Amino acid sequence: MDQFTLNLIVVGLTFALYVGIAFWARADSTSEFYTAGRGVHPVLNGMATGADWMSAASFISMAGIIAFGGYDASAYLMGWTGGYVLLAMLLAPYLRKFGKFTVPEFIGDRFYSQTARLIAVICLIIASVTYVIGQMKGVGVAFSGFLNMSYEMGLLVGAIIVAFYAVLGGMKGITYTQVAQYVVLIIAYTIPAIFISLSITGNPIPGLGLFSNTVEGGVPVLDQLDTVIQELGFASYTAQTDTTLNIFLFTMSLMIGTAGLPHVIVRFFTVPRVADARSSAGWALVFIALLYLTAPAVGAMARLNFVETMWPNGPQEEAIAIEEMPHWVQNWERTGLLAFEDKNGDGRIEYWADEEKNEAVKVDQDIMVLANPEIAGLPGWVIALVVAGGLAAALSTAAGLLMAISSAVSHDLIKSMIKPDISEKSELMAARISMLVAIAASTWLGLNPPGFAAQTVALAFGIAAASLFPVILMGIFSKRMNSQGAIAGMLAGLLSTVIYIFLHNGWFFIPGTNSFTNADPLLLSIQSTSFGAVGAMINFIVAYVVSNATQEPPKEVQDLVESIRVPKGAGAAQAH
Amino acid sequence: MSDRQSSNAYWSANIRTIWICIAIWAFVSYGCGILFRPLLSGISVGGTDLGFWFAQQGSILVFIILIFGYAWRMNKLDREHGVEE
Repeated sequence: MDQFTLNLIVVGLTFALYVGIAFWARADSTSEFYTAGRGVHPVLNGMATGADWMSAASFISMAGIIAFGGYDASAYLMGWTGGYVLLAMLLAPYLRKFGKFTVPEFIGDRFYSQTARLIAVICLIIASVTYVIGQMKGVGVAFSGFLNMSYEMGLLVGAIIVAFYAVLGGMKGITYTQVAQYVVLIIAYTIPAIFISLSITGNPIPGLGLFSNTVEGGVPVLDQLDTVIQELGFASYTAQTDTTLNIFLFTMSLMIGTAGLPHVIVRFFTVPRVADARSSAGWALVFIALLYLTAPAVGAMARLNFVETMWPNGPQEEAIAIEEMPHWVQNWERTGLLAFEDKNGDGRIEYWADEEKNEAVKVDQDIMVLANPEIAGLPGWVIALVVAGGLAAALSTAAGLLMAISSAVSHDLIKSMIKPDISEKSELMAARISMLVAIAASTWLGLNPPGFAAQTVALAFGIAAASLFPVILMGIFSKRMNSQGAIAGMLAGLLSTVIYIFLHNGWFFIPGTNSFTNADPLLLSIQSTSFGAVGAMINFIVAYVVSNATQEPPKEVQDLVESIRVPKGAGAAQAH
Repeated sequence: MSDRQSSNAYWSANIRTIWICIAIWAFVSYGCGILFRPLLSGISVGGTDLGFWFAQQGSILVFIILIFGYAWRMNKLDREHGVEE
């Protein structure tokens, strides 16, 4: 059986599983549609959160970013996990106690203001839509790269599958499909990593292998990697190259951005009790850590593998001859993710940091994960599993984002602002239609991706960190915070962050309209991706000052804050 | 003890717990992983230094322990103050 047929079978089987779950987990009420009827076991919710959280970027790109970023890329590892500590202690249990359906709904009720709710809806939609474009592109790329389908066709197949289980099952269908998708993606990620770690270090656990000695030389993996890449002129893997200030702020932006992303927060609305919301965040991090502890090992070992493939006898000897290239290198050369150019015509490819003499002219970071099974010489079904895993990561995140978008439209805009007397049945219908519209819109954006798609992830995290996280936090921990403070804080955080990003990446991401670059930023060494933490500080300060200069919130709002601080009585709060 | 006093005591115990957890959270990631890395460079771990280990592995493990520790402590506080569900 050829690889293409195998890929089709494995991907087809996983898709059949998702559709099957959709039939089993249909939503019959708004509570089931928005929050899976609050009946999801905390461990299962943790698993679903893991799949929801880990996107195509985590699955495919992160190990490659670490492989080429070394120590500096640690910001991603700490940032994308540390946010869960904040969620577990500062947001999730209290929002679960609040017991309603959406994040803007909390902001609207707590700050007794439809304006605050509307700003929250706008922030949510910008953050989620920019994020979903990347997932849709990931689906299209996976199909076109592995299933001999056109990018457009692949994107449509993916969208139809998501539409099927998201429209039918809402949060309930999405949750249980995400559980299945988590299992698929973690197996697909771990198997090749185990074999690579075994072959390089003899240790079957990649996270331990990273700090072990190599089987061949008997020296630590990281030592060997440092030595060999520095001989080629690259920066040391374990040394810091970025400024401490920027790494610090980037890590913080990713942490509070993670805690402020609405599609992650709403996952904790689905568990039965407040205590479950706390432990579920722990389970989510356990399931996320299974991949995040493996990724740095995959990154370092794949980089070492690649260098040793290019220089089979070390950089002092001759480089690899073109006709001796292993099969996997030729495979990836065909996709264009790897490109060679024998500049000096000696029939060998020399890989150097120096652009002038480097002959491996393109080495895409994404191949570090995708080529893993072939590098480790694993059978075809493992390659097929990696394809299915990448699709599972992209689809599960897309579904979670689409859920957040459609519930903001149907519950916060239609039910709360446009037609408050809508019946539950009509709201459920409105939620399903919003879901379809959101899927259609994001598919269209995936088919006609704006040129700036890659940069917009910074925008999503920046907005979540600078606008949503601080006001939710203050809404819970400060009884004094009033609507004027919250609105002023959100706007200040949002605008400062968006303007800072636009100043560095161009106004509305139009190339050439930027006044600064990330290499030479406006403030100290703070790059645009790291500004979310600064925006959050601005939000806190403005909110504090404005709130203290204006009237304190009404008694019933202060009572609401009192009530969300204690778990008792969460069941009663469900009635809607 | 009235309900109001009890819930105030519960809330300040919660805040204290959060501060301790946040301090550890910041110490392992921003501290050991970033700011204090140069100070820890003498301690070697598998081909690199302790700071690198904290940045790429140690802090994630501590985060997990922190969340479950917090959940355990809060369940206990919930019962002690009679505010559990």
